[in-house]
Amino acid sequence: MKTLLEFLSLSDPNVRLVVLGTTLLGAGAGLVGVFTLLRKRALLGDAVAHSILPGVCLAFLVSQSKTPYILLIGAVVAGWLSLLSIDFLVRRTKLKADTVIGLVLSVFFGLGIWLLTSIQQSGAASQSGLDKFLFGKAASITSQDVELFAWVTLALGLVLFFFYKGFKLLAFDGDFARAIGMPVRLLEFLLSTVTVLSIAVGIQAVGVVLMASLLIAPAAAARFWTDRLSVMLVLAGAMGVLAAWAGAFVSYTAPSMPTGPWIVLALAFLTGISMLWAPKRGVLGRRLRQWRYTRKIAQENLLKTLFQLEELDGGEGARYSRVAILQHRELETAQLSVALRALKRRGWIEESDGLWRMSPAGREQARQVVRRHRLWELYLHQRLNLPADHVHAGAEAMEHLLTPELENALQKDLGFPVQDPHHSPIP
Amino acid sequence: MPKTAIEVHNLTVSYSQRPVLWDVDFSLPEGKLIGIVGPNGSGKTTLLKSIMGLVPLSGGFVRLFDQPLDEVRSQVSYVPQRESVDWDFPARVKDVVLMGRYRPQNLLRRLTRVDREVADWALQQVRMQEFAQRQISQLSGGQQQRVFIARSLAQQANLYLMDEPFAGVDAASEKAILDILLELKDRGKTLLIVHHDLNTVRRYFDWVVLMNTRLVAAGPVEEVFTEANLQAAYGGQLTVLAQVVDRVQEGEFPVREKKGKIG
Repeated sequence: MKTLLEFLSLSDPNVRLVVLGTTLLGAGAGLVGVFTLLRKRALLGDAVAHSILPGVCLAFLVSQSKTPYILLIGAVVAGWLSLLSIDFLVRRTKLKADTVIGLVLSVFFGLGIWLLTSIQQSGAASQSGLDKFLFGKAASITSQDVELFAWVTLALGLVLFFFYKGFKLLAFDGDFARAIGMPVRLLEFLLSTVTVLSIAVGIQAVGVVLMASLLIAPAAAARFWTDRLSVMLVLAGAMGVLAAWAGAFVSYTAPSMPTGPWIVLALAFLTGISMLWAPKRGVLGRRLRQWRYTRKIAQENLLKTLFQLEELDGGEGARYSRVAILQHRELETAQLSVALRALKRRGWIEESDGLWRMSPAGREQARQVVRRHRLWELYLHQRLNLPADHVHAGAEAMEHLLTPELENALQKDLGFPVQDPHHSPIP
Repeated sequence: MPKTAIEVHNLTVSYSQRPVLWDVDFSLPEGKLIGIVGPNGSGKTTLLKSIMGLVPLSGGFVRLFDQPLDEVRSQVSYVPQRESVDWDFPARVKDVVLMGRYRPQNLLRRLTRVDREVADWALQQVRMQEFAQRQISQLSGGQQQRVFIARSLAQQANLYLMDEPFAGVDAASEKAILDILLELKDRGKTLLIVHHDLNTVRRYFDWVVLMNTRLVAAGPVEEVFTEANLQAAYGGQLTVLAQVVDRVQEGEFPVREKKGKIG
């Protein structure tokens, strides 16, 4: 706890640089990655990241300096070259896009590794540190780096803000964008440029090899939580920042731990959590809805059973034991107990001396379920010409699913009927 | 004599050397509801796309209202096939309809209140106003199609090009869509619709374009939609033409000789 507070106070100037730097990179990559993901270009992002390596090496060889601005120029040029060659090969050959992406990625990366090795063997005094581009060098971010990151993040933030509408349309329906005369080529150029830029600076934090996840994971995680593009952008940026802090914190508490890989692990964790916990799209959310639905069905079936028992005996307010209920309808005993308790809590049934009966409110609920069941049976019978002895099973499921609106529609469509196909009254 | 809305002149289009439209040539009048009919793979979608300038032409040209497309783009609305986009995109119905108000001129600006009102009106036209806030992935096929048509209505164009608006929609949506097309026609708009259901051609359309890579016939339904023409469009390919198409693809010959170059 104390370490966390120390870390968060940012009193250590080195921590300040690392946190500030990785925050900028995480936010930028997270924002840009949303469009990479929505345009289904995740693999392309990976290819660009790997292809940047030879650019960085060449920029170093030519300039003999490690000034971040010069290396960035090399990186952007190489990134763009890889994009153009992929585009060219896909259009001019019969190769599929994934094949071309794999090819370009490995050729550029191989070239980069070769350049890197020869630089290291040449023994130039200032060469040490270039290999940090492979796995990132977040822990040794300088103030000059942070300044560069700030400019780049500001630039891509502005581009995304001003061209938001255009990028949204491009990602959703490119043909329509072209049809209404949007400057699609300009938009594609801008989007590719900010993507290459964010990858080119991002590799300083997590390295070439892990860059794709910094780009894609925040967007993938954000997608689970929202159905709105604007919210998704904010969330993806926030996830990138959160992961950056987590990575920086881990390497702060354990200095031997590398920051970049921990950022990526934090992202994987965030994505996993989103996959599980996100309310609508998450696995657990879906399970929870299924479970609630099963419970609702059990309760409604129980009410229906009581209603039918009353119908048989012809008396409202009659009391029934669990055995009597189970004789009329097969239910698991455990399920029955849960359903009885739940209905009692809602005030729809009452218990005395182990006997159960419906309250007026409960009877109203039960009547609704039975009504929907019989209406649906009649609908299947009359409109789909199913024989009367075939309609029960379908109605068993539909009675829980029909909404009041659908029920009204059924009533109208069938002319407010009074009897189902088995001549039971529709209550 | 009504004015000409669409003039397609000797249009030829090929995908990786294979001609999909071959010397298609016709003129269509303003204010009609016109169907494009032909078997699968006969180039109907490509015809629509080449009118919108979305595919490179190997030869020929298209003029709309007697002008090149770029001069009249704001008057033309294009509805792509429903399957051409990913409906799992994070957007609500309203967002998609508002895209019909996007213009190159307002790319950098926010949409205005008028834009929103027009979008609301368009959504009402397709009877989807209560779905405005709905995530688009939760719509049925027919509802998605209606959203696309609402986006098109929001463009307030004079010429509408729609690719299979009746494909895979429920009866209620089909009725709603047809009502809209008829109303647009009554307001003097021109509609060019790619259609796959031969049974409804007579009921829906005034004019029809029958095609199968080449143009079979274009004209008023009662004149053109005949047994003989249908036979020509659907009854087997022209064997010689098919063989030439194969040969063009294998040999990688250009379908047209380039101007200014010695062939």
